Amino acid sequence: MANHQNNGNANPESGHGLRLKVGLAEMLKGGVIMDVINAEQAEIAEKAGAVAVMALERVPAQIRAEGGVARMASPAIIKEIMATVSIPVMAKCRIGHFAEAQVLQELGVDFIDESEVLTPADELHHVNKHAFKTPFVCGARDLGEALRRIAEGAAMIRTKGEAGTGDVVHAVKHLRQIVKDMRQLTVMSEEELFAAAKDHRAPYELIRMVAKAGKLPVPNFSAGGIATPADAALVRQLGAEAVFVGSGIFMSDSTHLASIEEATSRARAIVRATTFFDDPKVLAETSAECTGAMKGLAIAGMDAATMMQTRGW
Amino acid sequence: MQPIPTIGVLALQGDYESHARALEQVNAQPKMVRTAAELEQVDGLIIPGGESTTFLKLLEREGLFAPLEEFARTRPTFGTCAGCILLAKRVTHPEQQSLGALDATVERNAYGRQIDSQIVTGATSLPGGPLEMVFIRAPRLIELGSGVEVLATRDGSPVLVRQKNILAATFHPELSHSDSSSESDSPDDLERNPDRRVHRYFAQMVRDALPESGEGKSSAQRDPIRQSR
Repeated sequence: MANHQNNGNANPESGHGLRLKVGLAEMLKGGVIMDVINAEQAEIAEKAGAVAVMALERVPAQIRAEGGVARMASPAIIKEIMATVSIPVMAKCRIGHFAEAQVLQELGVDFIDESEVLTPADELHHVNKHAFKTPFVCGARDLGEALRRIAEGAAMIRTKGEAGTGDVVHAVKHLRQIVKDMRQLTVMSEEELFAAAKDHRAPYELIRMVAKAGKLPVPNFSAGGIATPADAALVRQLGAEAVFVGSGIFMSDSTHLASIEEATSRARAIVRATTFFDDPKVLAETSAECTGAMKGLAIAGMDAATMMQTRGW
Repeated sequence: MQPIPTIGVLALQGDYESHARALEQVNAQPKMVRTAAELEQVDGLIIPGGESTTFLKLLEREGLFAPLEEFARTRPTFGTCAGCILLAKRVTHPEQQSLGALDATVERNAYGRQIDSQIVTGATSLPGGPLEMVFIRAPRLIELGSGVEVLATRDGSPVLVRQKNILAATFHPELSHSDSSSESDSPDDLERNPDRRVHRYFAQMVRDALPESGEGKSSAQRDPIRQSR
């Protein structure tokens, strides 16, 4: 046979090709991934220039407002969205819920988000992501958490921020923390790196890789409270390679949808701001194009027990 | 010494940084291109992998579509995956607008979704034997005009083609490795043993298209006014 297929592995059974998984994450760089709850929103997102959509039953702001157990979206919604758009479709599974992940892989979603936005299914373990052919993205608040997820097989990391609030403060906090943790590793001696692995509760091999490269071995995106074009530009300038926007596009407050015109203008403006994140002239234009932003919920006034970001181990 | 051409990488979205790294490894000077003014400063252009629908929206909004169409008519232009879709004359699944620089029909997401993405080794006429090719939600070239030369194939179908100043790949040469047989599923192996034959080939296309110059320098380097813009 002239062609042989190896999925990037010497033994196709030993893993499922981290290169293919990270490869798709590379293609999403510089783009905006938008949360959508139906085919109509998915179409608006694609037309506005989203690089991918996240198929959900409720966006984080609604989950926060309505309470209850938040689970994987119904296959009917996911399939409808997959049939509507030509861009990649992502979906969320609960932390540690590998059976939900199996369902999502079977449905053929392009990326699985093992997400703190849903109610965790396991208080100790995350999904063994090496066991899947579908790539995973996971949230992190610091370098140790990011590297633990990468050790489990995540092909993309995103900051957690605080989903569904429209308040960018914790996306900034987590991004700055990860960048600072990485920068510190780059100036450490060998002995210090061993100690750093212990402090970060992360595998030494990954700590050593970050110390050498000064960046994560997989793409590093930002999420959690990004609601305006300027928010997107802020996290991009702080080092995020792409942006997830959850409730910020289609919600006017925690329970009401924004009008289609308003959602479209926000989506288009955030896409443009993410590309031209370092050009203040374009940022001023996109900020003016964008009619309104979701009302939001200030994190400083929140009860710690209602935070989603502390989920994940 | 060979001249060092300045090769632009369209940086609206996608894996433009991987291409920039690859260009440095083949003795070319990469330059990120997001505006028409930046496009004027390069000797050749790579349109990277990413989402072709996102590229189109941004090209239209920034008024970059027409300048890019004009550039691709005569100047060395290389499209990979989404870039190949943009260059093809006809696009299906679904139909969409394109630059029309390559006499070909391309079908988007032709092999399926991410779960069907594959790394395949296939035949190529480039020196150095079979080429490892990374296909990610890849398109397929389903019709080629008579002036299009096939440089590599997957299961007999064209995946790397050239038509005069245009080079197009349905896979990601920026992610190709020269020998992945000993690799494991570790992040350590992501950037090991890059195979740069396709980028080397394109850099030579750009060099061959440089205007004659005794200095042996690229146009951007020869003209200080253009360079400083």
